[in-house]
Amino acid sequence: MTDITGYERKNGKFGIRNHVLVLPTVSCINGVIRRISLEVPEAVCVTHAHGCGRGGPRDLEILSRILSGLVNHPNVGGTVLIGLGCEIFNAKSLLPLIKEMGKPIEVFNVQEDGGSLSTAKKGITAARRILSEISSQPRTALPWDKLLVAMECGGSDAMSGVTANVAMGAVSDWLVEKGATVIFGENTEMIGTAHVLARRAKNAEVARQIELMIERAEKLAQEVMGDLASVVISPGNMDGGMSTIAEKSMGCIFKGGTTTINQVVDYGEVPSEHGLILQDGPGYDGDSMAGLAASGSQIMFFSTGRGTPAGFPALPVIKVASNTRIYKAMEDDMDVNAGRLVEGQALDRLRADMADLMVRVINGEKTKAEVNGMDVFTFMTVHPPF
Amino acid sequence: MKENILIIHSTDNVAVALKTLGVGERAVAKGIEGFPALEDIPASHKIALRDISKGEEIIKYGETVAVSTRDIKKGEWVHTHNLESKRWKK
Repeated sequence: MTDITGYERKNGKFGIRNHVLVLPTVSCINGVIRRISLEVPEAVCVTHAHGCGRGGPRDLEILSRILSGLVNHPNVGGTVLIGLGCEIFNAKSLLPLIKEMGKPIEVFNVQEDGGSLSTAKKGITAARRILSEISSQPRTALPWDKLLVAMECGGSDAMSGVTANVAMGAVSDWLVEKGATVIFGENTEMIGTAHVLARRAKNAEVARQIELMIERAEKLAQEVMGDLASVVISPGNMDGGMSTIAEKSMGCIFKGGTTTINQVVDYGEVPSEHGLILQDGPGYDGDSMAGLAASGSQIMFFSTGRGTPAGFPALPVIKVASNTRIYKAMEDDMDVNAGRLVEGQALDRLRADMADLMVRVINGEKTKAEVNGMDVFTFMTVHPPF
Repeated sequence: MKENILIIHSTDNVAVALKTLGVGERAVAKGIEGFPALEDIPASHKIALRDISKGEEIIKYGETVAVSTRDIKKGEWVHTHNLESKRWKK
């Protein structure tokens, strides 16, 4: 096992990539971002469907936390932030949340910078300038206690909870043992397992937070879905053999391993504790990944049984296939075949192979999702637009 | 004979099919005597490891994941047609 390296940031955090991020504050100007992406393919250009029309305090809190979380993300070395001007949470409101990071940032507003074409030109120049500015930063040794690893599952089948999530759980335990921090969310997929997770809380307060989080998720699922709530699982999950949310949940929580749960954080909140952390975020892959990324995780394992190719901008995502069939059917997209476990492979061996791959990815090797550009960027909202 | 079902926890009353089992095909796992599948069991779906009465808990991962809605015989397919969620009963 070789050492891990990264890019040290001024706030003491470490990135494992040194990306230039090009981010819009609001969906109205996605075309500007697309234009920049054509001219500066090396930059991570993100578009999204958010940024305005939802004025409630909770939606604003999430919006500001996710957008600033991406700019502040340790894998981002510099940012071109592009606003429109009249949106509810504009670049000016975002700036105070990100300036303290000491990374290069340039800000434009389409309504003040000559319209979309002119702003795109300025953005292209700025992205190239920042790319050049940060390109000489060297990698240095990354202490394990500065590493935050996210565990995610999506497009699960009944084998996800038998092979892939069990293997990821073994990696989680190994990481915590090394002093790293592991985070997983997807509160809807914890329904039915409150007693199992609360037993592992570091104290009564954390146990209470776990129970409340899962109770809220369950209540919301019942409110929104009514009778369908008993199957808060997709038809694909059921085709795969999972019959109830509790069955899916048991397989889901395996991915965090078996260590003590030290903290429950809100959606997109940066943890202050080490070891195993739970995030109060939704089960939907895209929304969940955004919350885990905004929490500062530098790398993610993502298990899938049905086969989703989804990755995340600026964050290497290691796809773990739960069965050999989907691994072979989607070899372009899958980094690990946990189906080996039912073919006689020992769990320790698979865990060691996954840890080795993770070290190589931390040190610069690209995951399949990175190579294929399978970035998904969407995040949770709680109210309809007004 | 090669294992074709997986028992995740020792207290489970269902196992996971590692491949699709046809009617009459023997289900084989570590530590148990093989028994015939009473119907087709799709790969990654559940097969009853013993007779389960109506209203009995379905145990997987050593935890309750559902409740049966009718008597289920050892070797039968266990899925949404013969169980319900314990938390949100229909």
